[in-house]
Amino acid sequence: MEKTIEKVKAASFQEMPEKIGQTIRIGSVEIALFKLADGHVRAIENRCPHKGGVLAQGIVSGEHVFCPMHDWRINTTDGKAAAPDHGCVKTYDVKIEGDDVYIFV
Amino acid sequence: MNQEKIVMIGNGMAGVRSVEEILNLRPDHFHITIFGTEKYPNYNRIQLSKVLQGDTTISDITLNDWSWYEENGIQLYPGETVVRVDTEAKLVQTSKERIVPYDKLIMATGSLPFIVPIPGADKEGVTAFRDIQDCEKMMSVSKEYKKAAVIGGGLLGLEAARGLLNLGMDVDVIHLSCTLMERQLDETAGSLLQKELEKQGVNFFMNKQTAEIFGDERVEGIRFSDGETMKTDLVVMAAGIRPNVSLAQESGIDVNRGILVNDYMETNIPDVYAVGECAEHRDVVYGLVAPLYEQGKVMAARICGEPAAGYAGSVLSTQLKVSGVDVFSVGEITEDEETKTIKMFDDWKGMYKKIVIRDGKMTGAVLFGDTSEGNKLLRLINKKADVEEYMGAAEEAAGNMAAAMADGELVCGCSGVTKGTITTAIRQDGLTTFEEVKACTSASRSCGGCKPLVVDLLAHTLGDQFEKADQKEPVCGCTTLSRDEVVESIRKKGLTHTREVMNVLGWQTEDGCSKCRPALNYYLGMINPMEYEDEKESRFVNERMHANINKDGTYSVVPRMYGGVTSAKDLRKIADVAEKYDVPLIKVTGGQRIDLFGVKKEDLPDVWADLDMPSGYAYGKTLRTVKTCVGEHFCRFGTQDSISMGIAMEKKFERIGTPHKVKMAVSACPRNCAESGIKDIGVVGVEGAWEIYVGGNGGTHLRAADLLCKVKTNDEVLEMIGAFMQYYREDAVYLERTSVWVERVGLDHIKEVLADKAARDAFNTRIDEALSVTKEPWKEIIENKKIRKELYETELVSLTK
Ligand code: SRM
Ligand SMILES: Cc1cc2nc3c(=O)[nH]c(=O)nc-3n(C[C@H](O)[C@H](O)[C@H](O)COP(=O)(O)OP(=O)(O)OC[C@H]3O[C@@H](n4cnc5c(N)ncnc54)[C@H](O)[C@@H]3O)c2cc1C
Ligand code: SF4
Ligand code: FES
Repeated sequence: MEKTIEKVKAASFQEMPEKIGQTIRIGSVEIALFKLADGHVRAIENRCPHKGGVLAQGIVSGEHVFCPMHDWRINTTDGKAAAPDHGCVKTYDVKIEGDDVYIFV
Repeated sequence: MNQEKIVMIGNGMAGVRSVEEILNLRPDHFHITIFGTEKYPNYNRIQLSKVLQGDTTISDITLNDWSWYEENGIQLYPGETVVRVDTEAKLVQTSKERIVPYDKLIMATGSLPFIVPIPGADKEGVTAFRDIQDCEKMMSVSKEYKKAAVIGGGLLGLEAARGLLNLGMDVDVIHLSCTLMERQLDETAGSLLQKELEKQGVNFFMNKQTAEIFGDERVEGIRFSDGETMKTDLVVMAAGIRPNVSLAQESGIDVNRGILVNDYMETNIPDVYAVGECAEHRDVVYGLVAPLYEQGKVMAARICGEPAAGYAGSVLSTQLKVSGVDVFSVGEITEDEETKTIKMFDDWKGMYKKIVIRDGKMTGAVLFGDTSEGNKLLRLINKKADVEEYMGAAEEAAGNMAAAMADGELVCGCSGVTKGTITTAIRQDGLTTFEEVKACTSASRSCGGCKPLVVDLLAHTLGDQFEKADQKEPVCGCTTLSRDEVVESIRKKGLTHTREVMNVLGWQTEDGCSKCRPALNYYLGMINPMEYEDEKESRFVNERMHANINKDGTYSVVPRMYGGVTSAKDLRKIADVAEKYDVPLIKVTGGQRIDLFGVKKEDLPDVWADLDMPSGYAYGKTLRTVKTCVGEHFCRFGTQDSISMGIAMEKKFERIGTPHKVKMAVSACPRNCAESGIKDIGVVGVEGAWEIYVGGNGGTHLRAADLLCKVKTNDEVLEMIGAFMQYYREDAVYLERTSVWVERVGLDHIKEVLADKAARDAFNTRIDEALSVTKEPWKEIIENKKIRKELYETELVSLTK
């Protein structure tokens, strides 16, 4: 099956708080959107690979987010859990145009 | 390149350890394939006892995770059993019909639990205690059933019994002989052990032989050979293990009790080795990891073609892993005409020591109650030392033992770590704490018995630097600084922001972690309550959202209900809110309040607005509940107005930030219906006075509170509590409950500090200041559009198709 990628507007860059995740629901997928301390914006699936914790509510440090459920550390850039844990979440490309934050889903 | 192929049967502790040794000697030389019946990577079987006892979890006992296999190029087939070995054609065949050729084959099949062959042993509810599956089975049975029977009063049986007790079951242990652990303990130690475990709640049937397990499909009870019966819902067979040798036997490898091996772990068939519990060496089959790891080391050297001395057998030592019971045993423990002993027995304190001496040499020892000499005895007995050496050493300080050891001597038997390895690591990698040594060398990673010796080695190697270095526990992995150092720097340098603390104090990560950020946020607020602006992004989810996150990402809402007292009006509001927002569960909590579970994140602010009640802070590091009993107005025993006292306490201290949560209770007489004896601060009314208790805990580590003082008036109660709370706020480590703090600094010390009226006043001035700036959080959020949007809204985006 052909998978089409769509570009959707998800947030206003100015209004995004730093280091506090936002929850975006697009159809049936939930995405956690983060503005990191360095101003980069990252979008990952809002489901921890461990037991489905809501990553948007985790503590953000550098490019990592600590899952609020059992403290797994997830890299928001490549979606991978840090050792000794295992697993990864889907990551989404993000583009910022002016004040508009777009996600590619 | 055509690599030599090693195939290993068994993915357990001895086998994988041997592979580690092989990789150490000749990395990249072999292509290694491992088959394991269990579907897990290599885990620490020893720790299953601790998993059952609730001290750790299954996910925490992995020794080599999946990526370790990957990184070392090992082909692992988990959940796949080798069913046939062809030693002529040099290949193995598995339960999944896979055929893999080998150049060298290692049998590391471990043991099988011995299931006593009696009628009914195959009924549902009968289990062994050997692997993760058994552990999971016991844990799930404990949720539905009440009574458990353990067959076997050895090490394994007793550890299982203690675990089942922790799981809330009534536990009977059935033992064939009249002394527990009779292979490791003499009668005196055995009976001390039995008394101690009886005190913990285990019931014993000694001298009993099980004849039958009865019941329909499921076990219902046990019949003994003397005709007596008992009822039970679960039977754990811990009657011993048998080397798992059937595969070897069918493949024509020589087998007696175990697979027969020489001093290099070679079997009678060329290129076939055996290691671990399945192997029999010089008539002995070992069942503890330390000797198995020694075997692995020798075998690895042989396989890699390195010269090494053969394996000459080991002296066994045992430690029981049951909390509150210290037992140690090594070597020969029974006496005969030719032995002499040194004995010490203190029945009153329950302490016992026996050392067995043969021809002037030490050959065995048993310790009960105080096992601090265990490492020393193990070392001396291992080298068959003269008893004179022990008598001399007894007077030496512990540190000298660390100094006296030769570099090649083993410190950690489980992981096979020598003194030399540890001291070299300390010097080369600049290690300064026990945790660092453990992480770097694996010493103490399995049973933890050698921890005191490792600490001594650290002290010995570091010399003067030690005191300073070891006393402190770093805040987290991002820094080497301790809590006290960080707090002192914040005060001295006037630091005002978490980022600033991390920059100025040289944090190793740019932005901290989930441990240090909340801690720093607390310390900054505690030190400078008037100016510090709380950092939401450094708060753990519950404290940021002002609700408890549930497992599915919804939240629970607990409104304040001062002293556990409510009204028809409040109950009506709660009921209305529950209906309006489809709240799936309304529950009375253990803290005398009402909890609305399963509220959606988006609904939280509206729920709070409709409730129009203050937050109960059921999620916070702050004052939680103040439980109260009915007291003098209704109860025939009441001596005081406990409800009013409790409400006054709750109103005064609600919302104050503390290192960990603080719970309080007020009872109006020593019957203590509000459970003041297990609260951080518990108040008990007696005729004409109040008693104040502190440091109680009803949670993971149950602790009875200590009496701090007795005062006359309600105002004095508030004054004392205010001073105690502020001292705790200023002195404790973040996430340290009062129970741990009181124990650490000492009740007498706290009493002394708080006895001084001027000090009490100063503490109260500071806590009042901190209280003066707290705000009702739910109200604040309801009124603040920006926070509502940032924290509680979910952005819905629709696709254009
Ligand atoms: C709701 C409640 C259980 C209930 O249904 O009754 C509860 C629920 C939770 N408790 Fe508790 N505890 C509740 C009373 C208790 C009590 C009894 C008491 O307070 O009288 C204790 C033992 C007393 C004590 O703390 O000394 C208790 C000892 C714990 C502990 C262990 C603390 C410890 O120091 O060992 C934790 C874990 C922690 O805090 O780290 C915990 C943690 C939790 C958490 C917050 C787990 C978490 O982090 O998600 C639970 C939140 C569930 C949820 O989704 O809302 N809960 N918890 C009780 C709320 C009382 C209230 O009105 O606020
Ligand atoms: C609850 C408990 C507590 C313990 N406490 C201690 C302690 O405090 N101190 C101590 O020193 N020791 C302790 N032990 C003993 C220790 O765990 C064992 O001595 C050690 O695990 C043995 O290692 P092994 O590799 O020989 O066998 P195992 O670890 O049992 O590994 C053998 C593996 O091989 C697999 N296998 C078998 N046949 C095949 C086949 N044909 N194909 C594929 N795979 C196969 C098995 O499934 C198993 O996973 C304890 C054991 C238990 C169960
Ligand atoms: S005891 Fe407390 S923490 Fe444990 S499951 Fe129950 S509510 Fe949750
Ligand atoms: S669900 Fe994320 S760590 Fe467990």
